[in-house]
Amino acid sequence: MNISYMYSLIAVVVLFLLAYVGVKLPGGEVFFGVIIPYLALIIFVLGFVNRVIDWARSPVPFRIPTTCGQQKSLPWIKSASIDNPSGTGGVIVRMILEVVFLRSLFRNTKCELKAGDKISYEWEKWLWLFSLIFHWSFFIVLFRHLRFFTEPVPACLQLLEKLDGFLQIGLPGLMLSGVALLAAVTFLFLRRILIPQVKYISLGSDYFPLFLIFGIAFTGILMRYFTKVDIVGAKAFTMGLVTLKPHITEGVGSVFYVHLFFVSVLLAYFPFSKLMHLGGIFMSPTRNLANTSRVKRHVNPWNYPVKIHTYEAYEDEFREKMIEAGLPVEKMMEPETPEEPEEKE
Amino acid sequence: MSETPKPDELFSNIDYRPPSSGWMDTPVDIKKGIYSYAGNPKSLEYVGLPFARQWNPIDEDWSLPENWKEIISKGFRERLDRFRSIKVFMDICVRCGACADKCHFFIGSGDPKNMPVLRAELLRSVYRNDFTTAGKIIGSIGKNFKKIIGARELDLQVLKEWWYYLFQCTECRRCSVFCPYGIDTAEITIMGRELLNLIGLNIDWIITPVANCYRTGNHLGIQPHAYKDMMDFFSDDIEEITGVKVEPSFNRKGAEILFVTPSGDVFADPGTYTCVGYMMLFHYLQEKYGFDITWSTYASEGGNFGFFTSHEMMKRLNAKMYAEAKRLGVKWIIGGECGHMWRVIHQYMDTMNGPADFLEEPVSPITGTKFENAKSTKMVHIAEFTADLIKHNKLELDTSRNDHLKVTYHDSCNTSRGMGLLEEPRYVIKNVCNNYYEMPVNTIREQTFCCGSGSGLNAGENMELRMQGGLPRANAVKYVHEKHGVNMLSCICAIDRAALSASVEYWVPEVEVTGVHEMVGNALILPGEHKRTTDLRSEPLPGMEDDDAE
Ligand code: SF4
Ligand code: SF4
Repeated sequence: MNISYMYSLIAVVVLFLLAYVGVKLPGGEVFFGVIIPYLALIIFVLGFVNRVIDWARSPVPFRIPTTCGQQKSLPWIKSASIDNPSGTGGVIVRMILEVVFLRSLFRNTKCELKAGDKISYEWEKWLWLFSLIFHWSFFIVLFRHLRFFTEPVPACLQLLEKLDGFLQIGLPGLMLSGVALLAAVTFLFLRRILIPQVKYISLGSDYFPLFLIFGIAFTGILMRYFTKVDIVGAKAFTMGLVTLKPHITEGVGSVFYVHLFFVSVLLAYFPFSKLMHLGGIFMSPTRNLANTSRVKRHVNPWNYPVKIHTYEAYEDEFREKMIEAGLPVEKMMEPETPEEPEEKE
Repeated sequence: MSETPKPDELFSNIDYRPPSSGWMDTPVDIKKGIYSYAGNPKSLEYVGLPFARQWNPIDEDWSLPENWKEIISKGFRERLDRFRSIKVFMDICVRCGACADKCHFFIGSGDPKNMPVLRAELLRSVYRNDFTTAGKIIGSIGKNFKKIIGARELDLQVLKEWWYYLFQCTECRRCSVFCPYGIDTAEITIMGRELLNLIGLNIDWIITPVANCYRTGNHLGIQPHAYKDMMDFFSDDIEEITGVKVEPSFNRKGAEILFVTPSGDVFADPGTYTCVGYMMLFHYLQEKYGFDITWSTYASEGGNFGFFTSHEMMKRLNAKMYAEAKRLGVKWIIGGECGHMWRVIHQYMDTMNGPADFLEEPVSPITGTKFENAKSTKMVHIAEFTADLIKHNKLELDTSRNDHLKVTYHDSCNTSRGMGLLEEPRYVIKNVCNNYYEMPVNTIREQTFCCGSGSGLNAGENMELRMQGGLPRANAVKYVHEKHGVNMLSCICAIDRAALSASVEYWVPEVEVTGVHEMVGNALILPGEHKRTTDLRSEPLPGMEDDDAE
């Protein structure tokens, strides 16, 4: 399935060229700097909301949490109040652990056949670790970018930047989150092409966002440390976008537009892709429900009556045999002889 | 039927390296020993399922209805609108592969389409093509592009692939434990099987038990008099072993409690010994505390193969429990040892067939314990019930009668991942026997491995598949057998008792299988019993016979 990532790679390269060259054409700056970002944002917001509403329109007919620990039953048995929540509080903690720390991925094991006839299941922490780094560094990078959209920059942002750059390498100071993001994306990509099973299941739509995010992080780092973008100009530009008074600032450079374009593509792509797991995880019925199935009746809005085989019909068929065997019956004999389907062992 | 390969052969055949051709380009190859026979048309007709016909999975032509694609497509749409689970699970998988090596069928076969993620992709690919904007837009550019985003059209080959692999999933939910979004491939399998049933595609080992259960009240098709005969036979056995005559009652109105257990316990060894265990326990409680319980021949099946057919069929079969409880006027219900039966009772019954407002909140008449956790469903698991009895010291037990056993415990998929019943059975086991050993942590509790034959795959013709799927569980049993000399694998599921017997005999022949209540019955000192020289299987109790000789 190599074609999957070749195509995705080509797509990202094409996107790069599109922005890199396009921005130099007449009107290119307005197109890539104003129209596309606004459009992408609109698609993202509407698409995201629409998708979530679409999910929400389908009901949750049954209470089907995946229980990952002891149920709450007898008072002297300790229950797993988080992995098998018996109330809303437990569900909230369970969800927080899932979303913030990728709890389920933390359980990951790797199955291996050993010499002789042994099978081992070893704890496999790398996927969890790098996924965690990936999501957290992405989040921090995103959060740091708020400095381009706020004036004055809030204190908490400044503090975060200090922490992020505490290594104080180079000038401008190296941000750990950016490096971590690149490293994590690289890991996730390598994992996809090096582990045979993962490679086998990977689609073009799995590689594409990886390349795109790689592109975003890469152009960002390029701007900050190498092409040394005009920060003041860039900020003036982004403030224009956010205050709905967009204006083109001279001299921010093509890389900036490529960066912005990649981000726009990611935003517009988001609602139509697996990236929607961001919203979906909150709606997963195996995780967001309490295991109170026998305590409280869960109502299925489309529950409909079905045809059942009543006791009366059953007794009618077997009455004679029941009486003979001394089993109690409701009605005395009115013999009938229905045909008998085949029996199964 | 094909010859099942020898264990070492099967083991060394496992190869986790995927084939060189992509999964969409690898056509399905329906293999003997893996697939199960098609459903008997008579059974489909009996329960009114559509397109009942004779067909053979290995034939080219499946005699499908003319408009089958339309039926499937409409059915798919309907289910997307009815189940948020399906909709969300179709959309959010990131193909991280965390679930890939968690499925016992993948571990035992190496077939990449047995990776839960790919099993789901079999359906998801069609979903993308037919129901998503991205799929429609990109698909219109060309077939190659379709493939890149993992979309494809539904055709006969795809349908066959669905059928083949959806009946290689035991709906065990192990994959769902490890998925970062809780994607439950069991849920997808359930839905996929519903779709297949819309065009008459099923397997006989599911649909004939369903028809039987509908008619006679149980999967095995045992008619009421035969059911009673069998129980009389057990009574005789108990009398022989203990000298005590037990007299269970059937279909008795006005009893306080209704007891429902899988029919496998009544008709299939070694489940029958578990049934004997229940009978002894109830008799003991009746003698000592005036316990008042009845069995039913109408609701003589706890299990529910309807669950493996469709939500509707599950509801139709399950309805008997509440109906019978209402007819007999009991206060509440106790359910026997069974896995999927308990998933249905715990997560579906009240919603489908409730509210059970004609019943009372369950209270143990012996200990006074209120089963708060079953307040609405009004149905208590026998392991909960017995654990409570033991905790309150209500049972007189001679645990030495289980001293010849070195016991380990297999958590059923459904009771662990669809309920969380983990400690209750362990508490009971540890109180009725003295030698207990856990299997390795990654193979028990919520991470437990399926017996390999759940969800209706317990047929004979698919033995190779069952042994593949049974490998991870049996392998863990083997581990404790070699390390601690474990010779008895206990469980709380009728399918387990049948399925594990086969897989353990294949992989670790030195170990036998038992239900938890068999061990309870063996240890329980019945009022007025004579000295026992055999266990419930009528096998000599080590040590006890020697005494006799002296
Ligand atoms: S673990 Fe979940 S998200 Fe990852 S591949 Fe499996 S189903 Fe998809
Ligand atoms: S539910 Fe069980 S059998 Fe089915 S795919 Fe998941 S792990 Fe495999």
